Amino acid sequence: MTVSRRPFVKRLMLHVALLPFLIFALFPFYHMTLTSLKRDRELYDRYAVPLVITQGPTLEHYAKLLWDTEFLTWTKNSLMVTFLATGISVVVGTIAAYALARLKFFGVASLGTGIFVTYLVPTSLLFLPLAQVVQWLGLSDSKWALVLTYPTFLVPFCTWLLIGYFRTVPKEVEECALVDGATRIQALWRIVLPMAVPGLVCAALFAFTLSWNEFIYALTFTSSSEQITASVGVTTELIRGDIYFWGQLMAGALLGSVPVALVYSFFVEYYVTGLTGSVKG
Amino acid sequence: MAQVMLKDLNKKYDEVHAVKDVNLHIRDKEFVVLVGPSGCGKSTTLRMVAGLEEITGGEIHIGDRMVNDLPPKDRDIAMVFQNYALYPHMTVHENMSFGLRLKKLPKDEIARRVAAVAGILGIRELLDRKPKQLSGGQRQRVAMGRAIVRNPKVFLFDEPLSNLDAKLRVHMRTEIKKVHQKVRTTTIYVTHDQVEAMTLADRVVVMNAGLIEQVGAPNDLYHFPATLFVAGFIGSPAMNITGCALEETAGALRVRLNGEVSFPVPAERTARYRAYAGNDRLLFGLRPEHLTEMRPHTLANQYPFQVTPEVTEPMGMETLVFFSVNGTEMCARANPAANTQPGVRTQLLADLNHMHLIDEGSGRVL
Repeated sequence: MTVSRRPFVKRLMLHVALLPFLIFALFPFYHMTLTSLKRDRELYDRYAVPLVITQGPTLEHYAKLLWDTEFLTWTKNSLMVTFLATGISVVVGTIAAYALARLKFFGVASLGTGIFVTYLVPTSLLFLPLAQVVQWLGLSDSKWALVLTYPTFLVPFCTWLLIGYFRTVPKEVEECALVDGATRIQALWRIVLPMAVPGLVCAALFAFTLSWNEFIYALTFTSSSEQITASVGVTTELIRGDIYFWGQLMAGALLGSVPVALVYSFFVEYYVTGLTGSVKG
Repeated sequence: MAQVMLKDLNKKYDEVHAVKDVNLHIRDKEFVVLVGPSGCGKSTTLRMVAGLEEITGGEIHIGDRMVNDLPPKDRDIAMVFQNYALYPHMTVHENMSFGLRLKKLPKDEIARRVAAVAGILGIRELLDRKPKQLSGGQRQRVAMGRAIVRNPKVFLFDEPLSNLDAKLRVHMRTEIKKVHQKVRTTTIYVTHDQVEAMTLADRVVVMNAGLIEQVGAPNDLYHFPATLFVAGFIGSPAMNITGCALEETAGALRVRLNGEVSFPVPAERTARYRAYAGNDRLLFGLRPEHLTEMRPHTLANQYPFQVTPEVTEPMGMETLVFFSVNGTEMCARANPAANTQPGVRTQLLADLNHMHLIDEGSGRVL
């Protein structure tokens, strides 16, 4: 009896211990959902209870967000910029990381460190010179400026993350492919990359999140409602002066977090392996 | 099938000279084992033959081609690695057929060759499994299968049995020998295990500190080592080697281990050793099987001497008897029936017909 109860008690304790973390993680979403479903009357009622809906839920903020603003256009822009910037960054980062992890050439170690240092330069410093580059390229107020500039911080990040992952792929497996008749590109494509899928997925997920949430470049390089991304659109169009459209803001924030949540839920296992695991040959 | 020629092969890593002027001719269909301690340059030599390591100097010929500047894929070789290096995302069949698919061979030809080799190695029922579903021995077979199926000119083995447990290692050793007897492909095999080297090789190449110490058939290396290193490295338990002086009295030579122990040198070796008479910077070598319990009937050049055993190790078919001479631990192989006991002074028999005399300065066996 005692033997069979022990695992149950242990599991219960484990879940109880996890509860504070769960509440901490989910509370913002709970609050966003609640605020987005409240009527304006209740939202601005200073005597209302903030953590529950007392005057009945409504979808009016969602309707206004979707039909009275350009939210769908902003989301489309966000998706386009995010997918393109992520794709470019993962491809370039993969090639760079492979070269830095595997090939022997002069300055390979300092180049790897250099890339890491580049990643550490804050975007709040880089956006000024980049604005000039964007203007020089004639991409001012264009979402293509974001496709071009996001890789400046995504490529170093993906490269840095993938260098570590490629180093865990056993060298012998790749050497075996070379002896088996593969060229280096074939060995990379058919052996190393399939073994590095968790690392690639992890890099892509991070790049996706960073690009989806990016704010400073999007705010600086785009301004018209047809070109801006959701992160900028929601904050610039739904905060006018000192007036905050809280219901629509929260509806926008909640809808905006859906793609990221979906992507993570599909790839969570790869993501964890990519961060913690290594490849067994 | 092909011969392999290494001419003045050198490899330097910055300050370290890993392989020094290696010259070796490996004949067609021959099984050659490179053996030596860690860091002796044997794996580096093998990797240079494979094209996985750039050479600093010299030439490598496979067949009638110099392959110095050819990438691994164009050398027509196959390699089996220590950790098997199976492709984890592919099934056994895909692993074995990878090289053939790269060559774009017809599908039915690939299937036929994989099935044939899987039959030889007894892994037909494993073809649909992934490497992680296989045991160590099975993985080793798949790695060998992947090499055999390509029918290359040369097989390269880099310590392929090191990751297996002792029992499986002995079994796979026999398997490798059987496979070689069937396919007769020229093979270069690297190991640090001298037993593996002795049992597998047509010829053994003993390497030390980047140099080839001796090349020869296993029995030749065992009975006629050329250097002090080979004498000490080949054989288990190792050869007994201790300092000695060579004395000449009335035309007869005597090897003196210390004030107490000395043996007459066999008459047929007198001419060979005479030039070293009076030299006290020599080493005396005798294998443990030539130091036995005292026997009632002795042959020519077998001499008794007294020792006090420090430790005895009964092995069943023999008892290893350890004792000290000149502060050097020595080992004798005695008949268990002699019942040799530690601490009890006993008489052993040294068979001087098999003695070795080594010049301490040059390390050459005289």
